[in-house]
Amino acid sequence: PHAGPVDSKNEAAMSELVPEPRQKPVVPMKPMGINANLLGYIGIDTIIEQMRKKTMKTGFDFNIMVVGQSGLGKSTLVNTLFKSQVSRKSSGWNREEKIPKTVEIKAIGHVIEEGGVKMKLTVIDTPGFGDQINNENCWEPIEKYINEQYEKFLKEEVNIARKKRIPDTRVHCCLYFISPTGHSLRPLDLEFMKHLSKVVNIIPVIAKADTMTLEEKTEFKQRVRKELEVNGIEFYPQKEFDEDLEDKTENDKIRQESMPFAVVGSDKEYQVNGKRVLGRKTPWGIIEVENLSHCEFALLRDFVIRTHLQDLKEVTHNIHYETYRAKRLNDNGGLPPMTVETEENHESNL
Amino acid sequence: LGPRWLSIPPAAVMDSIIIQERLVERLLSPRTQAQRSHPAKLKDHEKQYVGFATLPNQVHRKSVKKGFDFTLMVAGESGLGKSTLVNSLFLTDLYKDRKLLNAEERINQTVEIVKHTVDIEEKGVKLKLTIVDTPGFGDAVNNTECWKPITDYIDQQFEQYFRDESGLNRKNIQDNRVHCCLYFISPFGHGLRPVDVEFMKALHEKVNIVPLIAKADCLIPSEIRKLKERIREEIDKFGIKVYQFPECDSDEDEEFKQQDRELKESAPFAVIGSNTVVEAKGQRVRGRLYPWGIVEVENQAHCDFVKLRNMLIRTHMHDLKDVTCDVHYENYRAQCIQQMT
Repeated sequence: PHAGPVDSKNEAAMSELVPEPRQKPVVPMKPMGINANLLGYIGIDTIIEQMRKKTMKTGFDFNIMVVGQSGLGKSTLVNTLFKSQVSRKSSGWNREEKIPKTVEIKAIGHVIEEGGVKMKLTVIDTPGFGDQINNENCWEPIEKYINEQYEKFLKEEVNIARKKRIPDTRVHCCLYFISPTGHSLRPLDLEFMKHLSKVVNIIPVIAKADTMTLEEKTEFKQRVRKELEVNGIEFYPQKEFDEDLEDKTENDKIRQESMPFAVVGSDKEYQVNGKRVLGRKTPWGIIEVENLSHCEFALLRDFVIRTHLQDLKEVTHNIHYETYRAKRLNDNGGLPPMTVETEENHESNL
Repeated sequence: LGPRWLSIPPAAVMDSIIIQERLVERLLSPRTQAQRSHPAKLKDHEKQYVGFATLPNQVHRKSVKKGFDFTLMVAGESGLGKSTLVNSLFLTDLYKDRKLLNAEERINQTVEIVKHTVDIEEKGVKLKLTIVDTPGFGDAVNNTECWKPITDYIDQQFEQYFRDESGLNRKNIQDNRVHCCLYFISPFGHGLRPVDVEFMKALHEKVNIVPLIAKADCLIPSEIRKLKERIREEIDKFGIKVYQFPECDSDEDEEFKQQDRELKESAPFAVIGSNTVVEAKGQRVRGRLYPWGIVEVENQAHCDFVKLRNMLIRTHMHDLKDVTCDVHYENYRAQCIQQMT
């Protein structure tokens, strides 16, 4: 029997680590029979340090998708989030190109490093979404792409000779850009989020928030939150996946007060009060991207990168991927390719 | 006024107009019994003029008595600040009872045509202003031909005028033809969107289109410049005929010509609207208050609102009506007659 979500939490973390054959443990084990408490510190907690060292060596994958009408600042925001030129905008894509006639999926990978940790970041852009006159079903290519990544992972998982570390191209996080009209969500926003919140973690953001005053922003956010609730759209962090009270309290606050984050992006720096800050210079003042009284970019960044990055991956692996896998099992009556041997191998590894 | 004026230096023209105006006033003003039995004697310097240089003033006076009317259409996706801008332009509050639909309600909405009429008076001049609103335009998931209700409306007004004009009782023809359409382009795009191009192409031969960049306070000056250039290029590329400001007469003074040039170079206007008054540098101004500064609607360094207002109301209102009557309506009429015969 396949291990339940609780166990595979560590699995997810460990799947980044190379599953090696049993080695000598780093800390010598005490001989059995002796009361460990009497002999002092065992050192089990150093496992955390070992994991950390391992993670630093192997690095980790993170795949973020951006969806929204063209011109909402998606590329700029991603560059601002990761303080690097990682978006489609920076990889030789010509800004003067026409809007594509159908939705395209463009994935660009970069390796970025910070504090000795390497991240293989893939930014998946979706040019053409919502830009046509007729946008019916324009979310379908996106849903298809997401499911294709699950399928790829699944195929690797059930293989006889599995790779040590399955390359993870699954979309961990989808930033959905809401246009700052100040009124409410648009029909297309609802349609997209209704369809996709069941297959991927959606984080709605209000784009180009420097077009709204504080009052307008607060009212708009309230209205958007209400509309999402009324339409049963569960954005990340989803209520049903809160693991304990601590999570719930923290996430409730984010869900009910901060989200959707109203953001402004920029890759230009200006001098403000003797400091260099990222911002936008207008004739009436400088908008500071990382100033919380100007916009909520810093909240989004902390949320996605500094506190919930790992959780985004875990929910993707334990929930969305498992849902896909279960559906495939039920639909086809089995996974491809399947032999009795493989099935046993599969179980024993768990 | 005829070629003879071109050869007379401006100062002299003003003098002669003043003299003639005073003469006309005397001739037209109510006279006492005594005055009527002794007709006014023309002074010497008045005799040399026939007196029709005051015709524009007479027309002006009659129009002031009759009042003007103007029909302005606003179109663009919802949330681009159209209502706020209209209220800012005409210092009114046309939309206070408006109910905004949420996304779910909008899923089944079709494009409507809604008219608001308001009578405005300023310094004795009356304006009957009609605003034609187009809620629902461009908001649906599928916006194919979402401009059809709008082109139908414009054609209907032409048709009604055509029938009235050809009818027997022409004294009180109501002119409901649309004189100008402000088309709001989103500042969040990189230029024109497909729906923008299709809309303007469907309407450019029926109404004067004045494209605007909406909510321009979310753009920094370099972005505005680039966007304007891009839009101008695309308008050319797609063969869209937007309203052209007429060439100013060669005898206008240099300041006027300079203003006219600036006006043409600023198109499409990047606008911001506001009906709230905020405090800036000790002054009270109409604007928007942000944590990083105050945007002043009437500050030309902040946006083109003043240019738009001047153009629409103070300098080109009459030309907009003329072009509607002489070009768009005549095209419609010619087509109609052709189809009939």
